Amino acid sequence: MARGHHDIGGLPGAGDIDQAEHALSDWEILADAVNQALGARGVKRTDEMRRAREEMDSAAYRDMTYYERWIASIEAILIEKNILTKEEIDQKLAAFESKWGEP
Amino acid sequence: MTPATGRFKSGDRVKVKFEDRPGHLRTPWYIRGKSGWIERVYGDFLNPELLAFGKDGLPKKTLYLVAFDYSEIFGKSQGAKDKVLVDIYDHWLEPLA
Amino acid sequence: MSDDHGHDHPKHELSYYAKRIYAMRDLLVEKGVISEKDIQCQIEYQEARTPANGAKLVAKAWVDPAFKARFIADPKAACAEMGIDATAINEFVVLENTPKVRHMVVCTLCSCYPRPILGRPPDWYKSFNYRQRSVADPRGVMREFGLELPDDVEVRVHDSTADIRYIVMPLRPAGTAGWSEDDLAKLVTRDSMIGVMDALPSLPD
Repeated sequence: MARGHHDIGGLPGAGDIDQAEHALSDWEILADAVNQALGARGVKRTDEMRRAREEMDSAAYRDMTYYERWIASIEAILIEKNILTKEEIDQKLAAFESKWGEP
Repeated sequence: MTPATGRFKSGDRVKVKFEDRPGHLRTPWYIRGKSGWIERVYGDFLNPELLAFGKDGLPKKTLYLVAFDYSEIFGKSQGAKDKVLVDIYDHWLEPLA
Repeated sequence: MSDDHGHDHPKHELSYYAKRIYAMRDLLVEKGVISEKDIQCQIEYQEARTPANGAKLVAKAWVDPAFKARFIADPKAACAEMGIDATAINEFVVLENTPKVRHMVVCTLCSCYPRPILGRPPDWYKSFNYRQRSVADPRGVMREFGLELPDDVEVRVHDSTADIRYIVMPLRPAGTAGWSEDDLAKLVTRDSMIGVMDALPSLPD
């Protein structure tokens, strides 16, 4: 076993604290609200979400933004609990893209 | 808070176990194997290591505020009295004489 | 998803993950796992939570010693007294700064923060640099926020690893005797309740 990629207290090499703040995008506010709503309905526990983020690919953990990690862990736990499947999420995503155009 | 059923009381000297196992562990690496003392007894809480896997989190574990001298963990500090305090569960601690 | 739902729509410029949460939201609502109302309630709940809540509590504690004692002994009850809804916090502890002691709060493992009182944490609180450095170099972090402490002041860094949520009660600045609670609250910044700085010494412009 090794130290988890989330378990970073005291690790050397951290730089200055970037104090810039950004207003949340609509999708970030939505991720936050969906997460809280799932918790309020008893669908998932906070510790399950944390565990999902700890189990992520370590490079992805460092590269993704905060709410992207939340979205990835929401998806992982919903799939793990057989509430949604990857396929239906993919299909819904494809439907958006065909409706709104490719990026 | 729910009453504490754990082994320690305020003031007890303790050592954090150096365990390393898979799962969702809420004891940070930097204090594993380090010695400190019980600052506060917070009471019993559901075990996050079990909640993380969809289990009910029972039996509850006593949560403590454990204090460490900064120097115990990170070496010399500019402030000789500086401390690091971490919320740790009973099963991660062993008594120190 | 049709255009007449009345809420925001995913745009083709959004990133992969941004689109993914819209997809999941639609599926979850379609399947009745959560409702649109659930989501809207959470958005409104979160929007109502700002550092002003914490500032109000601290300002009252500064002027009213009996309230201060209640705030420290039972913070959730003190919040209820002030009409602040702290019910979502499992447990809540107030860390009182003194001239010889300063507290600072971090969650090194993720981003635990007293959201029901203070709202969402700032980006920097959730950053890898803050999570890595705070326990090892609290004085350096404070220095970046403009707080330089003498060596004989005790710095106590709390790593919020479990269900306890912490708020720092900063020191009341000198020269504020007789001030109204409203004015005192303006000195209590969010960052002073995280502990990386003291309260403002004078009213902001």
